[in-house]
Amino acid sequence: MRAYLPDFTAERAGSLTAALHRLAEAPHPQLGPWQPLAGGTDLMVLFAAGKLPPGRYLDLWGLAELRGIEVTADYVDLGALTTYSQVREHPLLAAEFPLLAQAAAESGAIAIQNRGTLGGNIANASPAADSPPALLAYGAELELVAAHGSRFLPYADFHTGYKKTLLQPGELIRRIRLPRLPPPGPDALPAVHFYRKVGTRRAQAISKVCLAALVLGDGQELRLCRLALGSIAPLPLRCLRTEAELLRPGALTPARVAAAQAVLADEIKPIDDIRSTASYRRRVAQNLLAQLIGVCNLSLRLR
Amino acid sequence: MKLCLTVNGTEHTCEVHPLARLLDVLREPLALTGTKEGCGEGECGACSVLLDGRLINSCLVPALQVEGAQVLTIEGVAGPQDRLDAVQQAFIDHGGAQCGICTPGMILAAKALLAKHPQPTLAQIREGLAGNLCRCTGYIKIFESVVHACKQAIDGPAATPGEPAAPSGATP
Repeated sequence: MRAYLPDFTAERAGSLTAALHRLAEAPHPQLGPWQPLAGGTDLMVLFAAGKLPPGRYLDLWGLAELRGIEVTADYVDLGALTTYSQVREHPLLAAEFPLLAQAAAESGAIAIQNRGTLGGNIANASPAADSPPALLAYGAELELVAAHGSRFLPYADFHTGYKKTLLQPGELIRRIRLPRLPPPGPDALPAVHFYRKVGTRRAQAISKVCLAALVLGDGQELRLCRLALGSIAPLPLRCLRTEAELLRPGALTPARVAAAQAVLADEIKPIDDIRSTASYRRRVAQNLLAQLIGVCNLSLRLR
Repeated sequence: MKLCLTVNGTEHTCEVHPLARLLDVLREPLALTGTKEGCGEGECGACSVLLDGRLINSCLVPALQVEGAQVLTIEGVAGPQDRLDAVQQAFIDHGGAQCGICTPGMILAAKALLAKHPQPTLAQIREGLAGNLCRCTGYIKIFESVVHACKQAIDGPAATPGEPAAPSGATP
């Protein structure tokens, strides 16, 4: 059943400061607190289905303070309202953070990419979201801002359970900070950026499994490995135990691949739902891991 | 709220709820019923329009986010004296439309694609239209229509159409 419009109030925020003051207001006795609204690609779907809780919604879409991509020597800052299309169109992101560019290209289709935002994707906290594994692989940080101040925290700490995050009432995600890797050169380690989303079709599909990994190697062994998966646990999951297994010294032989696959199967917690089954997801996650290791063996010339 | 927006070059002012969907604003107070509702959840693309030049699903955009915006709907695609756009003519000539429900959105998605890639590859056509579902044509005739539309745009409408590069393969 459709939402009943008179149960909803909404207004545009004129500035970030005004928005933060609105969000800090005491909850209305009937309508509750103000809730942020960004690109609408999640909230408007719930709204049309009559599943969005009635209340007060604060539109952030026009806030210039939450837009823009800023590049410094050490990191790239993405405003929380950066859309998937803006991620795809930014040449430096495509060159240095291809996992994120690819996640953006595989989220929804063009019309969704023109509205969906990175901050919204993070705050909505779906375990099936496609950008979180890429952000985890790149060691992203978040800046959260409230009327009383702002704080940075590692994105890896942000999700605490199914749709549960460290975002406090009155707080917004202001920006996503990606640390840059050293530029390619004689001293830089060769890198593998590996992203693979498995869904029902190539576009406009919600992931059954998605895997993002950043791996650096020195020709002998792996020197850095960050591996994250989506849709295989109640939250986007950095797979630290599997990473540790891959980082053990020695060549990545078929026996090592099998061992890493066993650790991964134990580390993830997939479920049966309308999009897939737990056993399919576990098997696909293991296959993607084997594919990743194959790419590493080829590209990093491990001996 | 009082909403002011420009649709197909004409300014409109209407009184709407701030969370009213752009789709409903177009179809009801503005009576522009060429924009269709399919799924109502951003999956099918039937409600696609261009908002400030960008392809969007009008079922997912609330009224308060289009204040002062420029919208192009299917009613605004044809030129003066109802002279059809090259994309519209190609869809007619090459069987790109059957039942017609997806067609307005498909044409707006094709317009957005050709604005970005005037000579798209088949992969770009498939990606550009991937958010628009058609349950009649099997897509091949739609892809062929887009190929013919860019040929026509280059050659001009009077030119004799040659053989297009026939798209092939499975549905997107």
